[in-house]
Amino acid sequence: MSITTLNPMTANAVRTPTTLTTPTTLTLAKSITAALRQSMADDPKVVLLGEDIGALGGVFRVTDGLLAEFGANRVIDTPLAESAIIGTAVGLAYRGYRPVCEIQFDGFIYPGFDQIVSQVAKLHYRTQGAVKMPITIRVPFGGGIGAAEHHSESPEAYFTHTSGLRVIAVSNPQDAYSMLRQAISSDDPVLYFEPKRRYHVKGEVSPVLGESMEKAVIITPGTDVTLVTYGPLVPTARDAALAAADEGVSVEVIDLRSLAPVDYATLEASVRKTGRLVITHEAVRSGGIGGEIVASITERCFNYLEAAPVRVTGWDIPYPAAKLESHHLPDLDRMLAGVDRVMGR
Amino acid sequence: MVDFPAEFVQLLTPDGVRTALADYDPWVADVTGEQLAAMYEDMIVVRRIDTEATALQRQGELGLWPPLLGQEAAQIGSARSLRSDDFVFSSYRENAVAYCRGVDYTDILRVWRGSAQSGWNPFEIGMASPAIIIGAQTLHATGWAMGAKFDGSDSVAITYFGDGATSEGDVNEAMVFAASFQVPVIFFCQNNQWAISEPVGLQAHRNIADRAPGFGIPSIRVDGNDVLAVMAATRIGLDRARNGGGPTFIEAVTYRMGPHTTADDPTKYRDVAELEAWRAKDPILRLQRLLDSMGLFTPELEAKTQAKADAVAAELRAGCIGMPDPAPLTVFDNVYATPHTTLDGQRAEYADYLASFDAADGSSS
Repeated sequence: MSITTLNPMTANAVRTPTTLTTPTTLTLAKSITAALRQSMADDPKVVLLGEDIGALGGVFRVTDGLLAEFGANRVIDTPLAESAIIGTAVGLAYRGYRPVCEIQFDGFIYPGFDQIVSQVAKLHYRTQGAVKMPITIRVPFGGGIGAAEHHSESPEAYFTHTSGLRVIAVSNPQDAYSMLRQAISSDDPVLYFEPKRRYHVKGEVSPVLGESMEKAVIITPGTDVTLVTYGPLVPTARDAALAAADEGVSVEVIDLRSLAPVDYATLEASVRKTGRLVITHEAVRSGGIGGEIVASITERCFNYLEAAPVRVTGWDIPYPAAKLESHHLPDLDRMLAGVDRVMGR
Repeated sequence: MVDFPAEFVQLLTPDGVRTALADYDPWVADVTGEQLAAMYEDMIVVRRIDTEATALQRQGELGLWPPLLGQEAAQIGSARSLRSDDFVFSSYRENAVAYCRGVDYTDILRVWRGSAQSGWNPFEIGMASPAIIIGAQTLHATGWAMGAKFDGSDSVAITYFGDGATSEGDVNEAMVFAASFQVPVIFFCQNNQWAISEPVGLQAHRNIADRAPGFGIPSIRVDGNDVLAVMAATRIGLDRARNGGGPTFIEAVTYRMGPHTTADDPTKYRDVAELEAWRAKDPILRLQRLLDSMGLFTPELEAKTQAKADAVAAELRAGCIGMPDPAPLTVFDNVYATPHTTLDGQRAEYADYLASFDAADGSSS
């Protein structure tokens, strides 16, 4: 299947009438459902594995209805064992399947970490290209929902640090649809991070594959400061740019979309224009995506920088109790403080 | 109190006497004297591969070698029971299994010479790239078997692992999944008594085979140094799997007569007397005695077998020493299946760096 075109008038669309065929207003969660449905309709080798994804439709209802449509051999409710969810996906990939694994919450991925890092990420390299690992691992991530421990984490840097994986994070319903379709079609393993606190954000979704999932996108154009973010903080950053504009500062907001690889071409072009870089993410600062981007942009654009780049991130702490999470998560005011710093104000 | 009942399925005693066992005899009733002689040859050859590879390591041609000495019957008896469309998910000691799958001999050494991270294309011989992470491959076998079941195929996955691996979460998760989905997979545990320096009693307070029924998986405890008993057990598991009966667990009781790898020193942790006791139960010797009692262990067989072993060893040695070192920039190959901007940049950076030496030398290579 081509990843650049999508024909809504397929036999599959008839067989599964709920497939998205025209631009439709959907929540971010339902746009993921629509992408799963279309990918499953297009390719019988696409199978879903996860906990509670069958009759319940997942704890966030993302797989709602898919068991009834595609049956238990393709929507596989698994026993509660994350390493086995990933490890059996490896075996399925060996047999020509294209598994999509759902990890129920960010903080539950660690029991599957070894299979992801030692097997999924390395098998193509290990076998000199003989064995492909077209596995997509969906991970609801991030905080801001007042949850118990292990339900609000941002573990993406563990995976961007792992060669052999592609890592993407979506911020809006259209990207959630288009980028998941691309991830499932990819012959490389993809970690797909879903911003759980934005699951209910609505937007119009067209059944297109759109821009490559590896391209960063300028959400708000600007000339004074480049503000880079991804996933759940994209709407916050957009609001911060509006607020900064009121104070006479023009902020260019970039949605990274792909965390590995990073689209440095887009970032470099922006920083050469603005001369100032702020990056914001929920994940802890040390060893995070922000540090990597600051280093890489400094290497590439040192002579263009007007000020030292600034990171506005979660603190280097375990995710705190719900009553304290607002003191951990970057919000609009902390982003503006970061913009002020880089502006020397 | 460690409780290890000694009972296991045995069809061939250490003295080479064929014993009757009604439930198992029918599964090997078709095995001819010629086939027994062929398995004898297999075992002699793989033991010779082991000896040659150990010598190559001592001579500095290999970085490391994990010998299978003593485990020949467990590996040959099971692997010779498989069909070409079955799929093996093994650990790193299953060189005799790879031999039976038809691997190019040199490919067995590729990893241990440090030339590559795997030796062969898994799809060419129906055997996955061996897992070094202990027990990880059992989940891959279970997933493959799930796919086989979805496909309506009667192919079977078999996964090899050791007694040490049975403590790993992955092995236990694999058994949960295999039982839950009733998929065609054989869990073939070679209990060789030692996980590097740790005795099996540290991993298990009861026979390992006893665990599987708790997962809802039928198990067989078999004399792993008895090629006929191993074959019977494997055929039972294969038959069950091909007919929709789900997984089987086999504990093949054997002994790692050599070190864990060439970097190991077993004299630091185990008694020589134990090794001598197991040497008396050698898997090759007992098959030789059986063939002898059948009048089949002839000078011709011995000569033919030795000639084959010599030829394989010579091919192995020549292939090892003649193996070219990979080109520097191949370090970047196949990290991803599709182009990757960051890595492509690093490849160019390193290529420029290497080329800078040529420029400085004024050399054109």
